[in-house]
Amino acid sequence: MDDLRELYQATILEHNKRPRNFAKLEHATHEADGHNPLCGDALTLYARVDEDGRLSEVAFQGSGCAISKASASLMTEHVKGKTIDEVNADFERFHALLTAPPGETPSAEGLGKLAVFSGVREYPVRVKCATLAWHALKAALEARGETAKTE
Amino acid sequence: MSFDVASIRKDFPILGTRMRGKPLCYLDSAASAQKPQVVIDAISDFYSRHYANIHRGVYQLSADATRRYEEVRTRVARFIGAPDPREIVFVRNATEAINLVARSFGEAEIGKGDEIVLTAMEHHANIVPWQMLAERRGARLRVAEIHDDGTLDVSSLEGLLGPRTRLLAFAHVSNALGTLNPVREITAMARARGITTLVDGAQGVPHAKVDVSALGCDFYAFSGHKLFGPSGAGVLYGRLALLEAMPPFLGGGDMIERVSFKGTTYAPAPQRFEAGTPDIASVIGLGAAIDYLEGIGMERIQVYEQSLLAYATDQLAKVPGLRLVGTAREKAAVLSFVLEGVHPHDIGTVLDGEGIAIRAGHHCAQPLMERLGLPATARAPLAFYNTTDEIDRLVAALDKTRALFA
Repeated sequence: MDDLRELYQATILEHNKRPRNFAKLEHATHEADGHNPLCGDALTLYARVDEDGRLSEVAFQGSGCAISKASASLMTEHVKGKTIDEVNADFERFHALLTAPPGETPSAEGLGKLAVFSGVREYPVRVKCATLAWHALKAALEARGETAKTE
Repeated sequence: MSFDVASIRKDFPILGTRMRGKPLCYLDSAASAQKPQVVIDAISDFYSRHYANIHRGVYQLSADATRRYEEVRTRVARFIGAPDPREIVFVRNATEAINLVARSFGEAEIGKGDEIVLTAMEHHANIVPWQMLAERRGARLRVAEIHDDGTLDVSSLEGLLGPRTRLLAFAHVSNALGTLNPVREITAMARARGITTLVDGAQGVPHAKVDVSALGCDFYAFSGHKLFGPSGAGVLYGRLALLEAMPPFLGGGDMIERVSFKGTTYAPAPQRFEAGTPDIASVIGLGAAIDYLEGIGMERIQVYEQSLLAYATDQLAKVPGLRLVGTAREKAAVLSFVLEGVHPHDIGTVLDGEGIAIRAGHHCAQPLMERLGLPATARAPLAFYNTTDEIDRLVAALDKTRALFA
């Protein structure tokens, strides 16, 4: 179970059971759906961007696996108060953490609690689960008005 | 006589390997089955000693390759009870077989306002080609209902068969649930109304002896790779009279009689539907797979699999929070299930860590999942090389899964 504990860290299991900001956001300024065609995970991402260009609130609803749900939950906490540019930069860092080649120790700098997803890189098929909410957030902020897909 | 599964497992080299450090427990044969050494050897031997293109060489090597290829056609015909080898068309897989019928038979016979009847349990391969055809021709799809246990609502299906129904296409066995459909009863209904039938046999052929003549269908499609043969060779069975009346699917070499720039006449069936150089070696491999299966006996395979299915059904029922999806009385050895509080994708990952390969997802049957109100299920089909020990490992791993997510 060691590899699995590395993947399903306590923080992930806990956020899966009790996802934060798991609600529809009234007065959202941005909204997008995310869908992972591989496993049927689907979520809706809501965000409110204030006049100062920062995300004051982010929330999500939907159904999915533990990885996608916990990732969405932790993301909503992580991006609060950040600018869109900062969010995009964090997504890039997060993606790099998940896809670092074996043998390399990826940096989790600036990612805070999101570092718990580093175990995902041993399970490449699960990268899409961990990034679904991020893809949806990106789509919402770019206001493309379409369903974000992981592939 | 008992079924010597230990000896059978030795025929499949991959079953002796490990995944994530554990002995591989392969419970994904419905997606694709593993290959016995005789199939691997047949392909290697063919490439090493007998390979040439078929149907055109004037030299001995090509004539010999052609003979070997055509012999497989005869063996496939015998294996599925087709009266005539000319009724066997080699394709890549069941998907291509269905597309061939949709493109060829469909374009010729199905027009505006006509109806194509399917069932709610179909694989996307038996939905999308008909949808595409219906869009092109202005025809209409109608879908027969299923019951909650995953059985077909035969009276709903019968109610859909009307004067505009041109084709009825349905699965022999549901890939997602294992439901065995009453094929003879359904084809009889269709025949009485002059409706052509296509049976998607991708999950039918690997589990039991199939006799297309007894089943009474007009077309039967299956993939070689699910039948313990190589990927790249599949089969379309079609009644000869139908095949002979059908226009070509793909144009090219090998499917013609005579070509000029004024026009072309086509070869008779089945060559008419086999344009270009086919996957010759895979067809040879499929022949070896059929020989291997006949050596064991499909009836014995079915009996063994049914005993495994009964054991697995009992054992899984003891896992708290587990619900089997698809509980038809008549079913092939496919176990589809959900576990309370754990998404199927997470089940799949935990089992992967235990060396157990299962499929988690919608199994290319999204309309069925929607009908059942589930985003996904975990699926563990059983093949004749699986064992009760492996089912015990599955159950233990599911207990671990529950503990992890408790």
